[in-house]
Amino acid sequence: MSTEDDLPRDLARAYSGTPEHLAALRDRLAAAAQADGILDVAYRTIDSPLGSLLLAGTEAGLVRVAYATEDHDAVLQALSDRISPRVLHAPERLDATARQLAEYFAGRRRGFDLPLDWRLSEGFRSTVLHQLPQIGYGHTASYAAVARLVGNPKAVRAVGSACATNPLPLIVPCHRVVRSDGGIGGYIGGVEAKRILLTLEAV
Amino acid sequence: MTDKQPFESVVAAHGDTVLRVCRAVLGPADADDAWSETFLSAMKAYPGLAADANVEAWLVTIAHRKAIDVTRATARRPVPAAELPDTTSAPAADHRDLDLTAALARLPTKQKQAVAYHYLAGLPYTDVAAVLGGSTDAARRAAADGIATLRRCYPGVTARKGEPR
Repeated sequence: MSTEDDLPRDLARAYSGTPEHLAALRDRLAAAAQADGILDVAYRTIDSPLGSLLLAGTEAGLVRVAYATEDHDAVLQALSDRISPRVLHAPERLDATARQLAEYFAGRRRGFDLPLDWRLSEGFRSTVLHQLPQIGYGHTASYAAVARLVGNPKAVRAVGSACATNPLPLIVPCHRVVRSDGGIGGYIGGVEAKRILLTLEAV
Repeated sequence: MTDKQPFESVVAAHGDTVLRVCRAVLGPADADDAWSETFLSAMKAYPGLAADANVEAWLVTIAHRKAIDVTRATARRPVPAAELPDTTSAPAADHRDLDLTAALARLPTKQKQAVAYHYLAGLPYTDVAAVLGGSTDAARRAAADGIATLRRCYPGVTARKGEPR
């Protein structure tokens, strides 16, 4: 190979940043964006007994919790489309959520105390999800019972679909909604995850 | 509009390229500030960017303006910062890299910019011309002149066996 081809490559190498340097610049960008009020969606991932969890928050509060099975890249794209494309990896805004979830998984927390941004759930589904925190830690309720609770006893299937599309699983405890016949029912994070959570809460 | 990527993906895809351009045009001392200003400014404007826009060319255009701002701010300082290239943040720098970056730093501004935008950012000359102002031919000429000077000054692989400077 002649130097004809080496020069552009050498230029690129001479000016490239290390991964650490670029990571530091990206952290600085996230902090500046937060300070300027343009960080519309901040996110981070955490490890949990149920696998990697994506946490996303707006200025208003926690807006999304997603299991890896939902495909985190697809979830971020959906947040970008529905809320704003100003999305950055910025762990700080999710610190409280991460801490409370760690306590929950360790069996040291029975409820969450976090500002929530409900904008991703609408209409009847939103009504259903708002009621779920009434089902306390260690308890379950049937889809039919939740339908009665929201004043629409025939809407059992709609309660199921509200749970299946819960943007804030774990925090809004759709895992505590089970079938009237004793079956565990479905779960956004998979039936196995639901079983682990109900076992954790020692139902 | 729905297929516009989250801004994090833009930073991941183009962060290193923009850093190279900032370092080449400004030197490493001011490059980090220019990088930060570029992406902060880009993030502000991002929701309004056309979904089919050429993101890299857009970022280089912003970086070009930010570099001019930084250069003006530096020029206003009563005592200019040391002329020695600050290489502390360029970790891969060995002697050949230092020779190369020193040679590029000595190029006339237009040539330096044309080399950076074409060879480091990979922009075609039509885009380089749009960033610099002026014709595509002028952009191509500036990059060619710059590269020719670098080849002359830069002790590349084939020149290694030559006498030491």
